[in-house]
Amino acid sequence: MSEGIGARVKRKEDKRFITGKGRYTDDIRMENQAYAAFVRSPHAHARVTGIDRAAAEAMEGVIAVLTGPELVADKIGNLICGWAITSKDGSGMKMGPWSALATDKVRYAGDAVAVVIAETPAAARLAAEAVAVDYAELPAVVFADRALDPGAPQVHDVAPGNLIYDWEIGDAGATDAAIAGAHHVTRMEITNNRLSPNPMEPRSAVATFDEAEDHYTLYTTSQNPHVARLVLSAFYNVAPEHKLRVIAPDVGGGFGSKIYIYPEEIVCLWASMKTKRSVKWTADRSEAFLTDAHGRDHVSTATMGFDKSGRITGFKVETIANLGAYMSLFSSCVPTYLYATLLSGQYDIANIHANVKAVYTNTVPVDAYRGAGRPEACYLIERMMETAAREMGMNPADLRRKNFITSFPHQTPVIMAYDAGDFDGNLDKALKAADVAGFPARKAEAARRGKLRGIGYSCYIEACGIAPSAAVGSLGAGVGLWESAEVRVNPVGTIEVLTGSHSHGQGHETTFAQVVADRFGLPIGNVQIVHGDTDKVQFGMGTYGSRSGAVGISAIVKALDKVEAKVRKIAAHVLEAAEADLVIEGGAVKVAGTDRQMAWHEVGLAAYTAHNLPAGMEPGLKEGAFYDPVNFTFPAGAYIAEVEVDPATGVTEVVRFTAADDFGTIINPMIVEGQVHGGVAQGIGQALLEEVVYADDGQLLTGSYMDYAMPRADDVPFYTIEHNTTVCPNNPLGLKGCGEAGAIGAPPAVINAITDAIGTNDLAMPATPQRVWRAIQAARPAIAAE
Amino acid sequence: MAQVSMTVNGKAVKRSVPDTTLLSEFLREHLRLTGTHVGCDTSQCGACVVHVDGRAVKSCTMLAAGADGASVVTIEGLAKDGALHPMQTAFNDNHGLQCGFCTPGMIMSGVDMVARYKAEGRELTEAAIRHELEGNICRCTGYHNIVKSIQDAAARM
Ligand code: FES
Ligand code: FES
Repeated sequence: MSEGIGARVKRKEDKRFITGKGRYTDDIRMENQAYAAFVRSPHAHARVTGIDRAAAEAMEGVIAVLTGPELVADKIGNLICGWAITSKDGSGMKMGPWSALATDKVRYAGDAVAVVIAETPAAARLAAEAVAVDYAELPAVVFADRALDPGAPQVHDVAPGNLIYDWEIGDAGATDAAIAGAHHVTRMEITNNRLSPNPMEPRSAVATFDEAEDHYTLYTTSQNPHVARLVLSAFYNVAPEHKLRVIAPDVGGGFGSKIYIYPEEIVCLWASMKTKRSVKWTADRSEAFLTDAHGRDHVSTATMGFDKSGRITGFKVETIANLGAYMSLFSSCVPTYLYATLLSGQYDIANIHANVKAVYTNTVPVDAYRGAGRPEACYLIERMMETAAREMGMNPADLRRKNFITSFPHQTPVIMAYDAGDFDGNLDKALKAADVAGFPARKAEAARRGKLRGIGYSCYIEACGIAPSAAVGSLGAGVGLWESAEVRVNPVGTIEVLTGSHSHGQGHETTFAQVVADRFGLPIGNVQIVHGDTDKVQFGMGTYGSRSGAVGISAIVKALDKVEAKVRKIAAHVLEAAEADLVIEGGAVKVAGTDRQMAWHEVGLAAYTAHNLPAGMEPGLKEGAFYDPVNFTFPAGAYIAEVEVDPATGVTEVVRFTAADDFGTIINPMIVEGQVHGGVAQGIGQALLEEVVYADDGQLLTGSYMDYAMPRADDVPFYTIEHNTTVCPNNPLGLKGCGEAGAIGAPPAVINAITDAIGTNDLAMPATPQRVWRAIQAARPAIAAE
Repeated sequence: MAQVSMTVNGKAVKRSVPDTTLLSEFLREHLRLTGTHVGCDTSQCGACVVHVDGRAVKSCTMLAAGADGASVVTIEGLAKDGALHPMQTAFNDNHGLQCGFCTPGMIMSGVDMVARYKAEGRELTEAAIRHELEGNICRCTGYHNIVKSIQDAAARM
């Protein structure tokens, strides 16, 4: 069987994971390792008036108790947000100070105040309990839609009224006019629930300071170790870049939450220098709920105007985005450039205007979570479309079709230039695979069992790759969003690929190897993918935003181009043939139409022995490349959910789920389908189960798996997955990305299906049995009375 | 301190550990068998599942001292003489894992459930597998291929 592009190759990396030989950060143990435990604020908002550490310091096994003022004295910098957003009045965003250990004030329950370093984890925890912190409690502000209230408690002095920025995109006047003149107007208040990413591996860090070399090593649960090193050195001043090695070994899922550099990593590095010990910290799940960046948390009002035929004339959105107590690394771009720029959806809309107010609250920082901004946009548009169709008495699929963009490239009024797509084709495939034609019969059958069956659609589009660098730079990004790769052909012909992408479940060790195997006709077993270590890979931007394929693999392809060019020159020289006559296939370089050839390993050997190279050629066979895309990529698809609701209990079951996606070229369909499965399950989780809940005083009520409902195996069905491929014209292999689609497309499909089943448009996520039951009571008193 | 002796993956082990040492901690920190994972602190996620005297147990909910005298099998002990257990093979064949963090617990639970249903002569249906996985959380796979893996392994075991 082929192992090249398009083949369902089994994963190379599985062996270590199925035998228990994976190596995650918490599995690492250094010589002379000590353990960190953090002292965290029990209050959502308070002044720190005193810290008494004498009792803790006296406890057995305690090495040090460290606090914020010492951190500041050592010139460790504040945590920063790396994407500058400008308000509509031209003012900059208001970034409040975030010290890795609080100095004067705590701003959310869980904010770190001090750290204990001890000989054992138990000793560290016990001593952390014994650190006596005096707090002067302050009133807290918790909810997005209360943060801007006059008189709301102030989270940061630099942000009066808790307003971080007041940003807009699109033409307000034209959009208002288009809606005012519309034949039909649909208006909805929509909340996007707050979620906890919950990768199954909790965050962890092991920091080691080598006094002799003045050098630091950090093992950490990161999606982007090079970005971590850059930020830790350039902004947090922990160590200069050449004196800091960051290693992200096997990482147990990320979903966005492991992009950021958190206080704990900073403190472990700093504490390792202070104590001259390796310092390890691993979050328990409670700590993860309390400190991992959350996702979503938008409150929006959306208004959409339609003409008589059902064509959208204008779309206006007002959103308040809760960013929590501090601005996390990429938090500012999520509700702006990753959200409002996607408000055109798959539709040709001439007039769009969005206003986004980002606010501080006394809650955990909010940042990107699988999809990041795009799920929020998709949820708004797709709920609006379904609701509008119902209001206008149209079939929801037909209303979408009527508005689909059908020619490409297409410039939306909100920055994005869609490069390719086939939205009708996606929907056709989904309708067929979901057997929508058979739905009435299934609904009737369900009714005989006393169940309300509903069907819901969602046509999503996302922008992936998060690039090009110059474009994101002009929009405020503090980094370039390219990717790098290096391809090393060894003298024996085996190949190592060093990539700046990072795999934390995505299967890069297999798919990246497939790309190389495909190029030269080699077995994937001869290709090793190296990633996740700043000492091995020179630089990279990491993995998030479905960018490893479109950007990471494109960098590898660019490096392969250079390798191939040199291989051709060497082979042409050795075989005394013209380069144009050479073909590379089956692991050999052949002179077309003859039996003359060089085996792949012979080329490698020739490059390294350098006995017979073309005049002036350098020995060796190793090439690097940086790839900076010319545009985002635009995966899109059509999802159809079918649910059954028990009207007596409000319990919803997703009985069918169909996804028809256009991801461009697919390298390994098995892995791509797995990505969709996982994304859809997270989307179903958001729609039915998951919600971070804070009490009015800022106490986190969903602090464990007993309170925060994760999707389990019996909450989800088998999924039906279809592909409809239009290649991306802007990268060498035509890749678009697949990692986030499920989480973006699924929530509106599920909610649209439930609201179809119960006959209301008014239902919030998560659609818990209680919410659904109440909605049924409100909407259909006849059923309730039965 | 507690004196703990048990058989782990066929080898007799003996350690003196603090009384409060959990079995998960004993395996990971004292025996350095780090294939057993810890994903929560409320006994919900199942990343820590091992077999104690032939039954699936969440090792984070049991004291090491409670397993004194027991025979424990962890993910590292499932393959015999280099030959993968059919459940391990099925997870690879069916792409039943992504990040791999939940995988050891999933595989150990899977082996246990197939064996139990076989012993009781019950059919391990899709619904039964999903129900049995109540105590194992996976954030990556959406469960689709985990269920397929267990179905596949059940046919092979
Ligand atoms: S660690 Fe044992 S159930 Fe989660
Ligand atoms: S494979 Fe990542 S949690 Fe299951």
